[in-house]
Amino acid sequence: MTQLALSEKLAILSDAARYDASCASSGTTRRDSRDGKGLGSTEGSGICHSYAPDGRCISLLKILMTNFCIYDCAYCVNRVSSNVRRARFTVDEVVQLTIEFYRRNYIEGLFLSSGIIRSPDATMSDMVRIAKRLRQDEGFRGYIHLKSIPDAAPELIAEAGLYADRLSINVELPTDRGVKAYAPEKNPTTIRKAMGDVKTRSAVAGERSYTGKRPKRFAPAGQSTQMIVGADGSTDATILGQSTRLYGDYGLRRVYYSAFSPIPDSSAALPLIKPPLIREHRLYQADWLLRFYGFDVGEITAARTDGNLDLDIEPKLAWALQNRALFPVDVNRASKEMLLRVPGFGTRTVGRILQTRRHRALRYDDLLRMGASLKKAKAFITARGWTPGKLTDSTDLRARFAPPPEQLSLF
Amino acid sequence: MYTVPLPIIGTDMAWRDAAKRLTGAGVRPADILWDYGTGMGELFATATPLPPPSRKVKAPKSFVQMADVVVWHKDPQRFARLYGLLWRLRHQPGVMQDRADPELAKLRQMEKAVRRCQHKMKAFVRFRDLRQGGDRRSFAAWFEPTHHTVEPTAPFFARRFADMDWMIATPDVTAQFVDGNLSFHPGQPKPDLPEDAAEALWGTYFCNIFNPARVKIQAMTSEMPKKYWKNLPEAQHIHDLIAGAEAKVRKMQEAGPTIPPERVQKIKDQLRKRQNDQ
Repeated sequence: MTQLALSEKLAILSDAARYDASCASSGTTRRDSRDGKGLGSTEGSGICHSYAPDGRCISLLKILMTNFCIYDCAYCVNRVSSNVRRARFTVDEVVQLTIEFYRRNYIEGLFLSSGIIRSPDATMSDMVRIAKRLRQDEGFRGYIHLKSIPDAAPELIAEAGLYADRLSINVELPTDRGVKAYAPEKNPTTIRKAMGDVKTRSAVAGERSYTGKRPKRFAPAGQSTQMIVGADGSTDATILGQSTRLYGDYGLRRVYYSAFSPIPDSSAALPLIKPPLIREHRLYQADWLLRFYGFDVGEITAARTDGNLDLDIEPKLAWALQNRALFPVDVNRASKEMLLRVPGFGTRTVGRILQTRRHRALRYDDLLRMGASLKKAKAFITARGWTPGKLTDSTDLRARFAPPPEQLSLF
Repeated sequence: MYTVPLPIIGTDMAWRDAAKRLTGAGVRPADILWDYGTGMGELFATATPLPPPSRKVKAPKSFVQMADVVVWHKDPQRFARLYGLLWRLRHQPGVMQDRADPELAKLRQMEKAVRRCQHKMKAFVRFRDLRQGGDRRSFAAWFEPTHHTVEPTAPFFARRFADMDWMIATPDVTAQFVDGNLSFHPGQPKPDLPEDAAEALWGTYFCNIFNPARVKIQAMTSEMPKKYWKNLPEAQHIHDLIAGAEAKVRKMQEAGPTIPPERVQKIKDQLRKRQNDQ
């Protein structure tokens, strides 16, 4: 086989990595290189260094070590049965690309994933070698996200966690049945076991021993996972139920939802239709409501009988429209929990309301200045000098927010 | 009437010092003219000398933190607005907690704009390798920020790129980091920086990480406004990526499923055997 140029490899192996949604570089320990001996820093929040025309943030150099793969997952562009061009980076190439991109301020760090070659252990240990070289030889203090290979030995995952800020492993599909059907070589049970192991190791790394010594940090930015939406027939209720379990059982920082995207050289097992991007967006909104707004899955998915979210309006608004009897709420008296349920109020707005109303009663204009979206909120609140009157219960309230019905196209 | 000259470099400390002296001496906001960056105050020496510092002046910490950011805003009114609020704080110490106070809300908005500008600077500065040899590698960048954000943001670059020398040149101020020392110098016109081969690789990455099946231009431009594009090497590809996206997706659909390569069955058999053995 002919040797590919570095730029060709980069083209193939970034093209192959773009279906991973995560690009987060936040939430790890604070580090810098002021001692002059290394390169890089992490300061809490991540930085998006660029944006592609698909609207996604580019924060990390997101590449595959190789897109050769012995598995045959139907949704994946790199599956063994696909005819895409293949390439493989050397350890040195990945290290150099990461460092040189970083020095020019293109990226926050590296997100390294890989197809499975030879065996899961062999693949994982190559990935660990890259992370180790970056940390130990190059003194790299930027962000490293490693995607664990399912079925890799626990010792390798343990070593990976010493160099990586974040580890992730994809559950791929919302149900075990879906995984069996579309990723026949992957085993949902071992994937969950790997997540459980990472959780345990993180917990252990946070505790001092009896001598007061702190063990080495283990993946300080935690772990995340990704689910493909729209490839199998799972409803949003199923997907969100699975997320809730994952957040609860494995302490995940994030669950990413990736609308199934038609891939080049696709498998006959899957639809070749444009992904319902809005569905992905609604799932993220619902995910936020579950984690930061005190909602539970049942409430969010109750608005429709088919278990899916309303695509036309955001889930919080859909819930409020279903529960109009609870509104309007008085912004000057309502509890924090209730304020968080007002459409158009975010967690920050609610914080500001609570802070300011200790000093004086709030008016409609005050809310505007605090960053509330009153277009949505005004039907659901009262404030000094503002009452929505009949608006809260008006029958056309939903129509004010939903996009106008689209005429079906003839074909 | 006091005319207070404020320098372009070190604006924050100069404003803070002047504001302390002036409130300490009870000078009303209407009696102050803030003179930023012209050097006129000093040149003609017509300015009344500032009152001596007095220790009595106290301002809430939240105000000081906000002022340290707002002074870098480009709005010429920023100093007067800050002083106006500082003046009110003497008798209304609760104002800082009132998130809906119009004056405070305006200043918070300006603070947010500066922070956003700082964030974008951290994101969008692009260094080029100067290839100068020596122990430390050296890099340089040209950047055009919306507000006066070079000085407050440079320490971030110093923490991050401590093992190399670098320069960020802007029309306003130039930040330089040499042998671990950060310094600021007057602004300059866009320097001629040498070509850097890494930019082509970065462009390759940018083009290939883009998924043509999900074009969301608005989501891109709201986070990466066009005003930054001219200094971003990857931005030259955006037009072609958008223009070619639909055709690419159509080609994918028309191509449809292909026949798996011959080696597949062999690999699958091997894998199955190994998984059964375990």
